[in-house]
Amino acid sequence: MPEKSSQHSILIVDDEVVVRDSLSKWFRQDGYRVGTAEDAVHALKLMNQGPWDVILLDIKMPGMSGLELQKQLKEIDKSAAIIMITAFASVESAVQALKEGAFDYVTKPVDPDHLSHLVLNAIRQKKLADENIQLRQQISELAKVDEIVGESPQMKKIIEMIRTVAQTDTTVMIRGESGTGKELIARAIHVNSSRRYFPIIPVNCGAIPETLLESELFGHEKGAFTGAQYRRKGKFEMADGGTIFLDEVGTISLKMQVELLRVIETKQFTRVGGNDVITSDFRIICATNRDLEAAVRDGTFREDLYYRLNVFTIFVPPLRERRTDIPPLIHHFLRKYAMAMNKPVMEISPEAMDLLVRYDWPGNVRELENVIERAMVLAKPPCIRPDDLPFQILSKRETPADDSLASVEKAHIENILRRTGWNITRAAEILDIDRVTLYNKIAKYGLKKP
Amino acid sequence: MPSVFLVPVIPVDDKLLSSVVDPLSMIFGIPVIIDNTNHLDPAFAFDFSRNQYNSTALIAALVTLQVRQTRSATSASSSDKVLGITSVDLFVPVLTFVFGEAQLDGNTAIVSTYRLDESIYGFPPNPRLTQERLLKESLHELGHTFGLIHCPDYLCVMHSSTSVEEIDVKTARFCLKCQEILEKKLA
Repeated sequence: MPEKSSQHSILIVDDEVVVRDSLSKWFRQDGYRVGTAEDAVHALKLMNQGPWDVILLDIKMPGMSGLELQKQLKEIDKSAAIIMITAFASVESAVQALKEGAFDYVTKPVDPDHLSHLVLNAIRQKKLADENIQLRQQISELAKVDEIVGESPQMKKIIEMIRTVAQTDTTVMIRGESGTGKELIARAIHVNSSRRYFPIIPVNCGAIPETLLESELFGHEKGAFTGAQYRRKGKFEMADGGTIFLDEVGTISLKMQVELLRVIETKQFTRVGGNDVITSDFRIICATNRDLEAAVRDGTFREDLYYRLNVFTIFVPPLRERRTDIPPLIHHFLRKYAMAMNKPVMEISPEAMDLLVRYDWPGNVRELENVIERAMVLAKPPCIRPDDLPFQILSKRETPADDSLASVEKAHIENILRRTGWNITRAAEILDIDRVTLYNKIAKYGLKKP
Repeated sequence: MPSVFLVPVIPVDDKLLSSVVDPLSMIFGIPVIIDNTNHLDPAFAFDFSRNQYNSTALIAALVTLQVRQTRSATSASSSDKVLGITSVDLFVPVLTFVFGEAQLDGNTAIVSTYRLDESIYGFPPNPRLTQERLLKESLHELGHTFGLIHCPDYLCVMHSSTSVEEIDVKTARFCLKCQEILEKKLA
């Protein structure tokens, strides 16, 4: 039995000295570290000398009963593997103990072979339970790694809101421009909630054709429609115990809005083509970049559904309104793509950083991420330079010194010349002036080819 | 150098008891003597409700015997080991039965031949097999008195056995690791 070793420990709690002595002797010979306690008070004291891999606990003891003690021991060590020892007459109590989380029970006298295997199995289970706890902690840590990057006051407030709302089962509506990271926020709420060990099921309502959305959300039975060869679970069924994230919820049709409202209210639905009522325990997080209030006024979004979904709203500001978040986001994406591309993490030149911070980012964080990924492909280590950035950002390079017509003209000509690689003919075409005029302006503003 | 005293706890099969003297002496490298002067009647340890004998009570009686013997015999030493051998069925209160019991790192142990006998399992008697099993269990319990604990090596005689099948799988030898510990104790 390779698992038996001195590192394993057993606590024996029994008021009968012969039972304590014989078990203690038996397990010591097996190489276990053994502790013995005659009653609940001593057992609770000995818990401080733990952790104990297995606790053998007599059900009937003077003072606090074994059942009561079991509860207290479990409060101290949730994963404690407790084996109840009982006389034949108290099997009912042993069954009760099992219901309350005991690993197993043995009746006195116990077959040595049975006891030996039981203890080994209990140790195995405790090991698995401990590993499980450890892995869950690791999962939580991993979830933190991907947490929202942002140092601006707006993002700090959002992070605080995520922490608060995650502890509840409230429906959350996330609003913000495209690319601001609404799904990331939904995931952050999910992984910080008690539902984190169940899945988060994202549904992009805008990307699924109207005809398929019902089947996608509620599932369908075999033969429900042409091509439905097999039964399929819907997203609401998949999200049982977890969270369903309805992205672009503002795009769904009025017919589907009615269905959605009913499911949100009852948590029950039937698969397309089926009769069985399915109950699912899910939390709803939805997101939209539409002006839902205007949609309600227009009559394209149901008011009752709007109030059902709009319980707790998080507004994600566009990136241009929180420029202090740009540098930390850049560094976050640099690390991410350095790992993905197996390239050394690169620095970013001050000039390139300045351009990125000044850019307005109409595509928000998604656009920023794409720009950094592209730059990582093009850049030569150790640094990302302005030339590695796409044109729309480079165009911000030369901005007029002031608002005078001459300054604006100089900056614009310089940008076009850079864009065309100082191809005078092409630049003149773009500027819609003749080449001579362009030469004159270059001379006038003292522009020089780099 | 310590000696091992084999104490007959009646009833016991003398032939079986005698059969383990030489192998035990050879394996431990110490004298093994049958103590015919100290027969022990186990009646006091009988439990009517279980129809078995309490091995812990018998160990306690064997300890008393040993103390008396050490006091009376000049040749006896306090490091001597006493192994009671009996053919009655043994138990410890919390377990349904035991093949034997020993004081870990102590001087006294007891072994029963009752459950080592094929006939109690409905098979034809096999004295040779019972003899082999008795030798293994005697080595095992005496090993405990030398401080050895159960060994994970399933071939080592110190491997824990809760059935005769497991006794039959292991050998009548100590593994290298247990042998090393044993030699230190015997040195």
